[in-house]
Formats: sequence, structure tokens, C-alpha cells
Amino acid sequence: MKDQFVVPARLKRTSFVLMGIGLLTLLIGLFAFHGEHGSTRFWAGLLQNSTFFLLIVLASTFFIGATTLAHGGWQIGFRRVPEAISMAVPYLGAVLFVILMLIVFLEKEHIYHWINAHHVAEDPILSWKSAFLNKGMFTGFAAVTIGAWILFTIKLRRMSIEEDGWDLSPATGRRIIWRNTVMCGGFIVIYALSVGSTTPWLWLMSIDAHWYSTMYSWYTFASTWVSGLALITLFVVYLKRNGYLPMVNEEHLHDLGKFCFAFSIFWTYLWFSQYMLIWYANMPEEIVYFKPRVWGEWRPIFFLNLLINFITPLLYLMKRDTKRNYSSMVFISIVIIAGHWMDFWQMVGPGTYKELVFPWYELGLGVGFVGLIILLVANQLTKAALVPKNHPYLKESIVHHT
Amino acid sequence: MAVKNFVVASFDDEAVLFPAVKKVRTAGYKIHDVYTPFPVHGLDHALGLRETSLHTAGFIYGITGTTTALSCMSWVFNSDWPLNIGGKPHFPLPAFIPITFELTVLFSAVGMVLTFCYLCQLMPFVKKHIFHPRQTDDLFVMAIEVTPKTNAEELKAFLASVGGQQINEQKAEAGWWYGRYDREDRLFEQKAGTVNA
Repeated sequence: MKDQFVVPARLKRTSFVLMGIGLLTLLIGLFAFHGEHGSTRFWAGLLQNSTFFLLIVLASTFFIGATTLAHGGWQIGFRRVPEAISMAVPYLGAVLFVILMLIVFLEKEHIYHWINAHHVAEDPILSWKSAFLNKGMFTGFAAVTIGAWILFTIKLRRMSIEEDGWDLSPATGRRIIWRNTVMCGGFIVIYALSVGSTTPWLWLMSIDAHWYSTMYSWYTFASTWVSGLALITLFVVYLKRNGYLPMVNEEHLHDLGKFCFAFSIFWTYLWFSQYMLIWYANMPEEIVYFKPRVWGEWRPIFFLNLLINFITPLLYLMKRDTKRNYSSMVFISIVIIAGHWMDFWQMVGPGTYKELVFPWYELGLGVGFVGLIILLVANQLTKAALVPKNHPYLKESIVHHT
Repeated sequence: MAVKNFVVASFDDEAVLFPAVKKVRTAGYKIHDVYTPFPVHGLDHALGLRETSLHTAGFIYGITGTTTALSCMSWVFNSDWPLNIGGKPHFPLPAFIPITFELTVLFSAVGMVLTFCYLCQLMPFVKKHIFHPRQTDDLFVMAIEVTPKTNAEELKAFLASVGGQQINEQKAEAGWWYGRYDREDRLFEQKAGTVNA
């Protein structure tokens, strides 16, 4: 049984090439977009990509948390995969924190309007919001939430590796379940209060500081959660293709596919709930968000978003066979991740650099982040056995049958 | 439907039932059905049943619901009785979506329940032969059809050898018929007889 992952040279090379493309794009962007208005796209691209990729690797920690709290057993066979992905949170969290601080303290007011004190003083809406939307709160929230995510992620990973050294007895099993449940419970509370509410308000919704939507955070969560599931699927299939994870088979893939299917529909539900109420009420302060997206330049992207993230997974994953086939799951996972990347692009773009242009810079940065994630996850996968052999639910995962 | 002969055996353990199903199939006997008090994982595979087409039916009911909702609403608001509601367009697609969704779910849910009942031959006021009263309680009951080529005595001995208990032979209706479980069937001939006497 191949239980210890070794990073193939080819994977390492690929990740370095991808990261090289990312860095090169960043450098070109630095020279291409400068000046008062020009630098907006430089920062917007960084903000969009780092938020998106941090939140999709964080979805892996959420996956561990949610399945543990639900006393799920089916995922134990590949639990080390989301664990390894979640260990990218500290790195991507640090990257995002640096970018956020640069945007705020270099006063990039074309990204966040509320940074400029003169604007806020003249603007009654922004001055009302200034008790919440100010540099101190922004920095504090970012530091506390990213810090808490990192702490919980590292703690869950350490606990899991530590359990490999324990024995296989009922008492130990109960202890494993109990302490994982407690830790995951703590994480879910933090996650719900951050990704489920405040974090997207501050990082993304405050780009359009006059506008607000109570659906926005859930919408962001749904977007990153379904992409996070697709990312887990990609790594599981990669390991399976290379002869690892002998206990994982079509049954587990089928469940991951069901999750991707269900949460694509969940995303659409939130997308529609946000859109329809604003469309129906048709109030000027609310439709400002959809004006450039539905009736402006971004119209094709707006509908393409719905086509890729709703219609495609709905029709493609509906059949049982596509959820049980490794190649077709790889295809749809890539479509889902690309689609939700595009979703983030249309969340950030219209409010910052306004006009719709070919996103070579944003795509280049995205490729760089993909390379970084591949490198970090591959390294983490080597650090522990691929099967948590003492977990009491392991047998349930081996005999899993959908 | 037809009245057929069955050899019936009961099993009290899944671990005995699975190998028995396999052996009976390998020996070439025709299993009519296996009745279990609860869903048994993998039994459909062991019995060699084909994948159900219930979900395909569900999809068809669903798109029927979608079409019904959209066409009905657009007919009402565009040609039958056009109303100006707050200056909204006559074909306000976003406002139609919730109702379309509900009708899609309703059609597919009700349709699938009825189809499921039909496939399992379960309906109110419809009766099926019960091979063993404990098949809904604590026994797995296997019914094997006796075809002209089957030797019933050999089959009984074979079932006993693979772990079957309470083996017997029953002559029963294979399908379903109108009737109620809380009442005896009243056959037409009996009724006619009483009138004559």
C-alpha cells in the first residue's frame, strides 16, 4: 500500500512554472498599471485573486469542520487531502493580509471609497457607516479573522497527525471524536461569523460602499465552498491516478460529485435571492450594483456566470455516471473553479476599474496562485501518511456505499 | 397477472442471505423477489437488478412542471388578461422563477412518488400476496418462482442447504389486485353463489 506521498518532479516543475507566470504577470502589471487611476487594476486584481484563493483553501478547513460535526465517516479515507489543502491557509492568509494592509494604508481610494476621509465627511451615507467602515475596524477584523482561521487550521492538522501515533482502542477512538468535535465546533462558529457575515462585507462588499446586500456574504461563501469542494475533488483524483488512496473509489467520488451538484444549486439560489429582491424593489440605492453588471459592459459576463456556474453543473452532474467517472469529475471541477473565479472577477471589477477588458492580468495572477497552492499542498501531503489509520470511522469510509 | 407456484424460504441474518442469494442465482433458479424489513445495502446488486429509471422519470416530470408554470403564467399575463403591475414588463422572468421552481419540485415529487408506488406495486386499496407475515418485521424472505423446469423438492433441499428456514411452497398471485388488507377478498363466484341460494 502506497501510504506516503512523494512529490513527483513533474508536479513540482509545473507548480514552479505556474508561479513564474504569476510573478511575471505581477511585474508586468506593476509597470503597466501605474498612476492615480492606473494602479487601481493592479490592486483590484491582487485583491480578487488573493481573496478567492484564500477562501477556497479555507473551504477545506470548513469541509473538515462540517463533516466532523455531522459525524460523517465517508470522508475519512481521504481526510488528509482537505487537511493538506487547508494548510495553505497560513500562507495565503499572510499574502492577503499584506495586500489588504497595502490597499488600506497606501489609501487606494479607487478600491475602497471609504478610505478617503474627505469623501466620507462630505458623504452622509459613508459617514453614517464610518463607525464600522474605517481603517481600524478593517485592520482589526482582518487580523482577528485570518489569525483565528490559521490557528484552528493548524490545530486541526496537528491533532490529526498526532493521532497517528496513538493506538486503536475504543477509548482512544472516543477521545479522537470528542476532541475533534470540540475543535471543529469552535472553528464553525468563527467561520460562520467571518465568512458567513463580516469578512465579505469588509473585503468585497465595501468596494461598493454605498450599496449593501444581506445575501452577499452567503453568496460569497457558497461560491468559495463549491469551488473548495471542486479543489478537494481535483487533488483526490490526482492522488488516485498516481496510485495513492487505495480505499477511495467511485463511491467517495460520487458523494463529492453530489456535493458539487448540490452547492452549485445552492449558489444559484443565493445569487437569485440577491438579484430578485433588488430587481423587484427597483430602488436606486440598491440597483447601483446591478446597473453596470446587467445593463452595462459586464452584461455578457453576468449571464455567462449563470451559464457556467448553474446550468453547466446542473445538467452535467445530474447523471449518476458523470459523478462516478474520474475524468468527468476533473472536467467539471475545473469548470466550477474557473466559473467562480469569474464570479469573483465580476464582483470586484465593475466597482473598481469599471470597464470590461480581457483579464490577462487577473488570469496571470490566478495561474500564479494555482501554482502556489499546488506546491504548498503537495509539500503538506508528504508530511503525514495519506490515511489516518487510528480514526474510529475509517472502516465506515472503506465500506462506504452510496 | 398470473397465479404461480413459489418456493419460499426465510433467513434471519444478512450474512447468510447474501451468500444464499449468490448460490441460488448461480444454480440457475429464478428469484421472484427478496422481501426485507429494511433497505439492505448492496442487495439490489447481489440480485442483479438493473439500475432504476425512477430518476429519469423524475427529470421528465420536473421539466413538465417547468414548462407548465412558464407557459401558463406567460399565457395569463400576456394574452389572456394582461395587467400592468407596478410598471413591470408583461413577461417578468425573475418574478416567475419562484413559482416555476415550486411547480418543478411539485411535479417531480408527486410524479416520482406515484411512479415509485407503481414500480413497487404499492397503492391504497391495492393488495399483494404476502409470503411471510414476518417479512416486514424481522425476517428476510426469499421467493423463488417454480417454472416448469424446476424440481420443487430439489429446490427445497437446496434452500435448506444454503441456510434457509421455514421453507414451504405457495401458490399465489404474482401481481397486485384490488383489495384491502383488513378485509378478506370476496370473489365474484362466491357472491353469485350466495345470491342463487
